[in-house]
Amino acid sequence: MEETYPDDLRYHAEHDWARIEGDHATFGVTWYAQDQLGEVVFFDPPEVGTEVVAGQAYAEVESVKAVSDVIAPLSGEIVEVNEALRESPERVNDDPYGEGWMVKVRLSDPAEVDELMDAAAYRETIGKS
Amino acid sequence: MLAAIGVGSLDELFAEIPESVRLRRELDLPPGMSEQDVFEHLSELAARNRHADEEVTFVGAGAYDHYVPALVDAIASRSEFLTPYTPYQPEISQGGLQVMFEFQTAISELTGLPVANASMYDGPSSVASAGYLAKLETGRARFVISRGVHPHSRQALRTYSLGFAAEVVETPLDERGATDLDALAAAVDGDTAAVFLQQPNFLGTVEDLGPLAEAAKRTGALLVCSVDPMTLGVLRPPGDYGVDVAVGEGQPLGNRLDFGGPSFGFYAAQERFIRRMPGRIAGETVDAEGRRGFVLTLQTREQHIRRERATHNICTSQALNALMGVVYLAWLGRRGIVEIGELMLRRTHYARTALGLEPINPGPVVREFAVRVPDLDAFFERARANGINPGYRLGRDYPEYADGLLVAITERRTRAQIDALASLVARQEVHA
Amino acid sequence: MSGRTAVPREPTLTIYERSREGRRAFTPPRLDVPETPIEELLPHDAIRREPPALPEVSEPEIVRHYNNLSRKNFDLDTGFYPLGSCTMKHNPKLNERVAALPGHARLHPLQDPEYAQGALELMWNLERALSEISGLPHVSLQPSAGSHGELAGLLLTRAYHEDRGERRHKVLTPDTAHGTNPATVTMAGYEVVKVGTAPDGGVDLDDLRAKASDDVACLMLTNPNTLGLFDRNIEEIARIVHDVGGTLYYDGANLNAVMGISRPGDMGFDIVHFNLHKTFTQPHGGGGPGAGPIAVSDRIEPYLPCPRVVRREPANGKDAPRFDLEYACPKSIGRLRGFHGNFGVFVRAYAYIRSVGGDGLRDVSETAVLNANYLRALLAEEPIAEYLPIAFDRTCMHEFVLSGRGAREKLGIKTLDIAKRMLDHRVHPPTVYFPLLVDEALMIEPTETETKETLDRFAEIVREILEEAKEDPEIARNAPYSTPVRRLDEARAARQPIVRQPRQPGSGAER
Repeated sequence: MEETYPDDLRYHAEHDWARIEGDHATFGVTWYAQDQLGEVVFFDPPEVGTEVVAGQAYAEVESVKAVSDVIAPLSGEIVEVNEALRESPERVNDDPYGEGWMVKVRLSDPAEVDELMDAAAYRETIGKS
Repeated sequence: MLAAIGVGSLDELFAEIPESVRLRRELDLPPGMSEQDVFEHLSELAARNRHADEEVTFVGAGAYDHYVPALVDAIASRSEFLTPYTPYQPEISQGGLQVMFEFQTAISELTGLPVANASMYDGPSSVASAGYLAKLETGRARFVISRGVHPHSRQALRTYSLGFAAEVVETPLDERGATDLDALAAAVDGDTAAVFLQQPNFLGTVEDLGPLAEAAKRTGALLVCSVDPMTLGVLRPPGDYGVDVAVGEGQPLGNRLDFGGPSFGFYAAQERFIRRMPGRIAGETVDAEGRRGFVLTLQTREQHIRRERATHNICTSQALNALMGVVYLAWLGRRGIVEIGELMLRRTHYARTALGLEPINPGPVVREFAVRVPDLDAFFERARANGINPGYRLGRDYPEYADGLLVAITERRTRAQIDALASLVARQEVHA
Repeated sequence: MSGRTAVPREPTLTIYERSREGRRAFTPPRLDVPETPIEELLPHDAIRREPPALPEVSEPEIVRHYNNLSRKNFDLDTGFYPLGSCTMKHNPKLNERVAALPGHARLHPLQDPEYAQGALELMWNLERALSEISGLPHVSLQPSAGSHGELAGLLLTRAYHEDRGERRHKVLTPDTAHGTNPATVTMAGYEVVKVGTAPDGGVDLDDLRAKASDDVACLMLTNPNTLGLFDRNIEEIARIVHDVGGTLYYDGANLNAVMGISRPGDMGFDIVHFNLHKTFTQPHGGGGPGAGPIAVSDRIEPYLPCPRVVRREPANGKDAPRFDLEYACPKSIGRLRGFHGNFGVFVRAYAYIRSVGGDGLRDVSETAVLNANYLRALLAEEPIAEYLPIAFDRTCMHEFVLSGRGAREKLGIKTLDIAKRMLDHRVHPPTVYFPLLVDEALMIEPTETETKETLDRFAEIVREILEEAKEDPEIARNAPYSTPVRRLDEARAARQPIVRQPRQPGSGAER
């Protein structure tokens, strides 16, 4: 897919995105992150009910020759994980903002949203402004 | 060449090394020798060893005098197998990678477990490594290990456990030389990461694995079982008992005695551990034109990628020895592994009866058994005088069997040789 | 490539797919004891119900299968193999012959030491030689490989500190370290603390001083390091670590650069491991066997693995000394493996050391460094340097690192593409993407056993690949073309792992 950074998402500097829906949010990794990783071969989703903290790792994603931490852009409790990535981790490459989503979280501190970047600011951090 | 580099002397190339750490003398080692002289020197040293063709040996205890067919030597000595590095470039390493894949299949078949790696250093270090997996998997730090497990495996587990701060608890053998079920069951608790058994055990006893496995797994500990591959044509495989990790020593499979190494260890497990297993794993895939091929896979477990979070630090293992193992198993074949197992089983029981000494393990045995020998020193002396090495003295590892002798039987130990050993017992009794 | 005629290829079959019921190679020895039914010898529950599905094949098929497989391997006996940090030097054929002598190959490890005097003397002599080469007095041959030696070294460090009543938690490793170092640190129960690299490629001394504390158990270092550079500050580094009470561990992966020239013991190291399969010509075997003996200083000696090889002097002062295995080692960390180590590897390493001798070992290192610097100079010529600049432009030791950054930016080909195109030229590529510190790294170690002509030819190949990529980068991007298979889909292998042959129909053992 083409390199894109949708305007309706918020971004964390560690190349993660959040789609905010009220006091819930969906997390995933950006196009840039999946491109850097190369072909994703394994994603081990965390357990539902796990508390995640903004800026800290909540999962690992593996390509053939790299392992990377996936960083939570916001804090909260995981309410759903993308089980489909277990069988088809390539969705992270094929559709990072859609079928490649990773977890859904009930936010514990919605004010943190203000600390995330919009698409334009994120593009600038990766030199794609 | 120096001119191309732009220096005037060899010494300039070493200018980076501070004078204070330079060795300003020659190494104090003998001068070099011609090939012929080195050969003579090594031959002279070798001649001062009494090897397994110069005596009839009943010594086993983890290394066995099996016949190695000529084709193993012929194949393993090919440069194409002997001299490559680890297959980092799969396009020019398909031979080695396919051998690993075939090896993993053989180990999976023997153990009855779905996944196996491409080899470990040896049996005892594989036992210890299984402990590390159990620690990572359960987050617990206590190991329960039967005294029926090879003493070297128990010691290696203790050594590795110094690093991961695990307690190692040994449980005793019963009066029949088998793992004491009640003692094992009592030792396993909610903090136990893994329970270790060996089949057959160090004394050759065929353990009753069903109840032992049940007792071991009651509290969520992993069950690790060390097995002798040469017995797996006749003995039920560890996978049948729900064992989590099966490991073992591969020397009996087409490898030399080599005074204890190199041989190989093997490591097989239930599918759910595949991303935590140590060592290289070969996997099947296709190339850019859709042709079948093999690669090293699941490498994110390994040290060169995951670094301090790797599931193990192993990199070089024993690929050439594993090749010898898989060629040997192809030579034995599906029926041969059963036939050789049955032969060892029958000869072992014949030998125990023929010796007529008090057995330490009177129950079922395969390939090895332990007996008490009155005046063991005199017996050894008599046997040696007759060109026989009668077995392994148990005393160093098992003070409780100070008069114990462990006798190993392979397909090379004929009835005539066994009878010769038995006749020494008879004569000893006459002398007594 | 266009215009290539398709070569018919045989399908790739495993030995299991060649299996046909009833075929065999093995004939069992005659049954010379009573044919007691198995059910009378084993409990019903212990008997295997169905044999393992090993292949059923004849001897000629086995030989042909594995010979054909061997032809799909590239090996050191066939061509240049400049794999950085792996020391792919010639493996003398004599070593195979002496290792196969029955007195070595057929010797049982539990043979009474009285009847294994030759083997124990060989081990003793090898220990003494490794001690002299490393400048450290005590040796254990037991560890099976470099990583096993590292584990031994850190467990020795732990035992040393704990014996003095100290509990330390951290081990320092440079950020250029080989991956085994941090992996070993974790296995040994320590926390990894990374030390940065200075602009000249050595350890960043300020960073080291900042991180050295009385909680540091050890510093693990390779010198020359993984960039092929000798750390000029080695004595200061040793002083800093010793001042906080830590031990110094020397990863011997790069020992081939300094034998007879500089010794780790003299640099201040407490523990060294050797890779007998790198420096001392044990063939790599496609990934082992190796051996990773360790040498240590006096203060570490009490904790060495058990048993130890010892030489006992005769009471009368006249007879020959006797060699023995000492099992009474009260402070030892114990055993790391079975028996006494990879003895067959010791035989080969010892034969090598006796062949070249003390003066020869120095020649080995000098020539290895000469060859590396010569190749470095050839590759520093334009146009190569424009695309593959050297990472740290200093006199190197036995190896050096290029960065493929220029090729990526100017030619649109990655280091991986260059490596794959080398396969078509029948040379093994250098180590790629290591050390991590260098972008698109190529790490090149030619070793002392290669001729000037081979090095010239390699530089020529690099030049040809770059010139070709200037014309058409697609050629490198899709290489190789002439190998038994083309580029392999590693992602597919990792996503849906197939790690064994499924059972064959007709094997009589379908699941």
